[in-house]
Amino acid sequence: MSDPKRQPPRIESRAWLAPLPAATRFIFRGGAAAAQAASRAFGVELPATACRANVAGARAALWLGPDEQLLIAPEGDATAARAALAAALESIPHSIVDISHRQVAFEVKGPDAEWLLQAGCPLDLDASQFPVGMCTRTVYLKAEITLWRTGADTFRLEIWRSFAEYVVGMLEESALELTA
Amino acid sequence: MTLRTAKGGRIDRTRAISFTFDGQRCQGFAGDTLASALLANGVHLVNRSFKYHRPRGIVSAGAEEPNALVTVIRDAARHTPNLRATQVELYDGLVAESQHRWPSLKFDVGAVTSLLSPFIPAGFYNKTFMWPRSAWKALYEPPIRKAAGLGIAPKLPDPDRYAQQFVHCDVLVVGAGPAGLAAALEAAAAGARVILCDEQQELGGSLLAERDASVEGQPVATWLESAVKTLGANPRVRLLPRTTAFGYFPHNHIGLCERITDHLASPGSQQPRERMWQVRAREVVLTTGAIERPLIFPGNDRPGVMLAGAGRTYANRYGTKVGERAVIVAGSDAAYAAALDLAAAGVTIVAIADVRTGNDGPAASAARAAGLPISTGNTVLGTTGKLHVSGIRLGRVASDGTVVPSVTHACDVVLMSGGYTPSVHLHSQSRGKLAWDDAFGGFVPAAAAERTRSAGNCRGVSGLAATLGDGAAAGAAAATAAGFAATGRTYAAQTLDADIRGTPGALAQPATPVPPAKAFVDFQNDVTTRDIALAQREGFESIEHIKRYTTTGMATDQGKTSGLNALAMVAASSDRRIPDVGLTTYRMPYTPVTFGSFAGVARGDQFDPVRKTPSHEWAVARGGVFEDVGLWKRTRFFPVGGENMHAAVDRECLAVRNSVGMFDASTLGKIEVVGKDAAEFLNRFYVNNWSSLAPGRARYGILLRDDGFVYDDGVIGRLAADRFHVTTTTGGAARVFGMMEDYLQTEWTDLSVWITSTTEQWAVVAVQGPKARDVLAKLVTGIDLSPAALPHMAIANGEICGVPLMLFRVSFSGELGFEVNVPADYGTMVWEAIHAAGQEFGITPYGTEAMHVLRAEKGYIIVGQDTDGTMTPDDAGVAWAIGKTKPDFIGKRGLTRPALTAPGRKQLVGLETIDPKVVLEEGAQVVDAPNRPIPFPMIGYVTSSYRSAALGRSIAMAAVANGRARMGETIWVAMPGGDIPVKVVSPVFYDPQGARINV
Repeated sequence: MSDPKRQPPRIESRAWLAPLPAATRFIFRGGAAAAQAASRAFGVELPATACRANVAGARAALWLGPDEQLLIAPEGDATAARAALAAALESIPHSIVDISHRQVAFEVKGPDAEWLLQAGCPLDLDASQFPVGMCTRTVYLKAEITLWRTGADTFRLEIWRSFAEYVVGMLEESALELTA
Repeated sequence: MTLRTAKGGRIDRTRAISFTFDGQRCQGFAGDTLASALLANGVHLVNRSFKYHRPRGIVSAGAEEPNALVTVIRDAARHTPNLRATQVELYDGLVAESQHRWPSLKFDVGAVTSLLSPFIPAGFYNKTFMWPRSAWKALYEPPIRKAAGLGIAPKLPDPDRYAQQFVHCDVLVVGAGPAGLAAALEAAAAGARVILCDEQQELGGSLLAERDASVEGQPVATWLESAVKTLGANPRVRLLPRTTAFGYFPHNHIGLCERITDHLASPGSQQPRERMWQVRAREVVLTTGAIERPLIFPGNDRPGVMLAGAGRTYANRYGTKVGERAVIVAGSDAAYAAALDLAAAGVTIVAIADVRTGNDGPAASAARAAGLPISTGNTVLGTTGKLHVSGIRLGRVASDGTVVPSVTHACDVVLMSGGYTPSVHLHSQSRGKLAWDDAFGGFVPAAAAERTRSAGNCRGVSGLAATLGDGAAAGAAAATAAGFAATGRTYAAQTLDADIRGTPGALAQPATPVPPAKAFVDFQNDVTTRDIALAQREGFESIEHIKRYTTTGMATDQGKTSGLNALAMVAASSDRRIPDVGLTTYRMPYTPVTFGSFAGVARGDQFDPVRKTPSHEWAVARGGVFEDVGLWKRTRFFPVGGENMHAAVDRECLAVRNSVGMFDASTLGKIEVVGKDAAEFLNRFYVNNWSSLAPGRARYGILLRDDGFVYDDGVIGRLAADRFHVTTTTGGAARVFGMMEDYLQTEWTDLSVWITSTTEQWAVVAVQGPKARDVLAKLVTGIDLSPAALPHMAIANGEICGVPLMLFRVSFSGELGFEVNVPADYGTMVWEAIHAAGQEFGITPYGTEAMHVLRAEKGYIIVGQDTDGTMTPDDAGVAWAIGKTKPDFIGKRGLTRPALTAPGRKQLVGLETIDPKVVLEEGAQVVDAPNRPIPFPMIGYVTSSYRSAALGRSIAMAAVANGRARMGETIWVAMPGGDIPVKVVSPVFYDPQGARINV
């Protein structure tokens, strides 16, 4: 259910770099009890393990901190997901904030994906250290990103919208030599 | 190429390559360095020396080269000075030039300096040119700089790309000689992630220069090929030739610079020239080898006088004879290996002059067996020749130490070896300790400060089999420390295994040498034995002082060939042991690194992220002029029809005052504070009382630091009992968020409240002016915009253009105002819709400059402009915001400090110039009497100053001591053109009753 009025940053799609569709995003914050209730209401187990993402159907929950999770759902799920979470968490201290438009998402994909990301990300992205399902807030050069390995050769980047042009530009700069 | 050997070497003789040096066309082969190709063409003379302009030749075959610095030129912009010819790989069409000579290398005007040289000893510049002080800049420095200096940097922007890469590994091996290869093989076999880097184009190190050695029963070249193949086939191994480990930083963070295109005749335009690798290694193995020392004797700098190992490398690896008739001066058995290999290459060995009293090592025995002419107990009294060595004068050292001349040999090359110095640079950079190894005669790595270990020549282990075994042991130890199982192994190797030890220091000379000649310790900085002696005579004892006084070891080669010799000389003449003299510090980079590779991809438009708001493209299309606010681009003003800034700002301001304007306020920081204790949290955090704020209402908040000074401000709206929408200044967003999180995590864990940044969730359009309501009424649904339903500082939710709207009735202009918050993806659409709807009212987009004027007309402060980090709320005139009954808030105690309550503090006031046309300078000093002689105490300064179109005069705000008590007084603003009289007034210049905001 794409909204024709939405105008996210215009960035060209390449085989290895694709903007992902608009999504519903919430930042959930709260304790263990709230996380449990939220898991049931959202339909995805909120990871208790640091820097891990869980996926169920088209929804995902990414561990960002001991009391902070990024919940992602399809764009059209916003109202229903919000209502379900509010109902389940009514009597439990927590915070849910809609940040659907705060950030945009990109997929970096292909055999050189890890290499491209390592051009700007100082973490160790080797599959032995950053396996599929791992996610974290980190940096790509001078911009903060949330990085999530969704497949052996696939990463999802969540970037605050005004930093997206910079991150994409830098990824393209680093990719130049691969196409040379 | 008259000096090529008949066969052999690692050059490809089927691929001839042409290049030019100083305009001369020459030929070389693929696999040559510039140095090996020049030598094959009989060219030794490549440079003039730094201080005395003496002719200089190629000394070495590697990174330690002190003399052969050249400029390589691809085009006007690609022009790289100070490259070591020994490291420049030949490519077809390469253009290289010598440096530091004018008008030509063979006839150098500066060489007259040489005649004056008795008058320019060490410390000469310090002594002579320091007086009179003023003369240094004007008189002495310019010509000295012109005559000295190294190559010339290009003036054009660097057109090349530079890449960077972060990489992690279990084991980083630095140096791919025998020890490094063995270490990498061992660690890789254990399953570790390995990086093996080497500064040369080919992996192999000293193995590349072996003539007929064997490893594990295989010829060395065969073993090398298979070792590299094994490593290359392992997906966990990354091989990085042409890559210098230049710096060792804390926590095993090592900087590598990979040269990607410098060796290519026509690099692809998309290829980066260099890549900076930032390695984070669990374990490090340093196998950096050892560097041969020159011997110190008069005339040791004449072109054609070279290191013995270099002569051997040129013969064996590059198929190049460094001369036809060689005299070998042996201060180490390594010289004998060179003599044997040169003889095998067809060079006549005129003499092997050993400077020691005897030798019976395997290399010396082999040379003796080969019938080479050997003598012992020699010294060198001098060399002859002008631009190239033509002979060598030897002397004998008697048992009592006296020196008498003995024999003179004609020759066209002199090969010397003073023994080898372990390359401990990286170990030392990593803060590892060094220890003097008496048996080896050098400093070797001792206790490490990082997870690192050294192996092979760089820790004083020599002999091929021993070096391979030492490397394997280090590789196994590193792999084991990184969590893998490895045990190491031994290697069988057959080679000459010459002893590489020697004796550092200067060769013995007669008490009064005739004729006097210079013996060089540091070739690149032209430091002689006499300079070292002079420094000691003048009372310098510490090697750190002697280094700085003589500049020995301070050239771009960092004394790779000279360091230990200088130490040994100081030790000998002060009757100390070398380790008692001490050691100077090794610093990064090991060899020079380009600025480009440090800059990497951060250049031009991509130097920093450029954050753009939803109206950005719209503003660009309308000629908006931007300013940088932090990383944000904000429209400063929208000129129409060739307006200048003043005209545009006047027009924009009047539109807001008289009708309606629109402004992109999206950059304001926004934080959503949620939880049952949200109000209590804000009570503690901001000075204001938030408990009394009803849902659906907003309030202006002030944030202090602990010390009581104003830190940030912004409007905070209560969206629900447990939910607040906090705004911060554009520049303060990140630090206010960080400060909140800090307090929540460390101080106020009792509170049930969480924060989330929503800065980029919302696009914000400020619609300000008497017609603002009329414009929004056309677009907004679900909200009663009437003053009764939505008064000043009220909030409501509804829709605009069919998308969700959070509407704040707020004003930073003093007019009726609204801030339209919509989810950011709708920002551009809503901006354009408001602009279209406002046409009938003449809606005028305005920028930050007009916004500043409008708020200054109302006396609204900007934190960071009207406050400077030393202003209390009372100083800034906003003490009314403080919740007086609150038990505590950040800064409450700070505000009670005596200095913050003392009389006479600077207070924010308005200033009106007596002449309304005069606009004051922001930052100008305020004084309380005119035209007094300097120095004269200031009583304040101007914080904001503008031309106000609405008021038809200039306005200003200033921080003035006792300002509010001076209302109506005339004071002065001190300016170079004369003091400007101003009247102290209220900072609220426009609509002081605030009637316009409540309509």
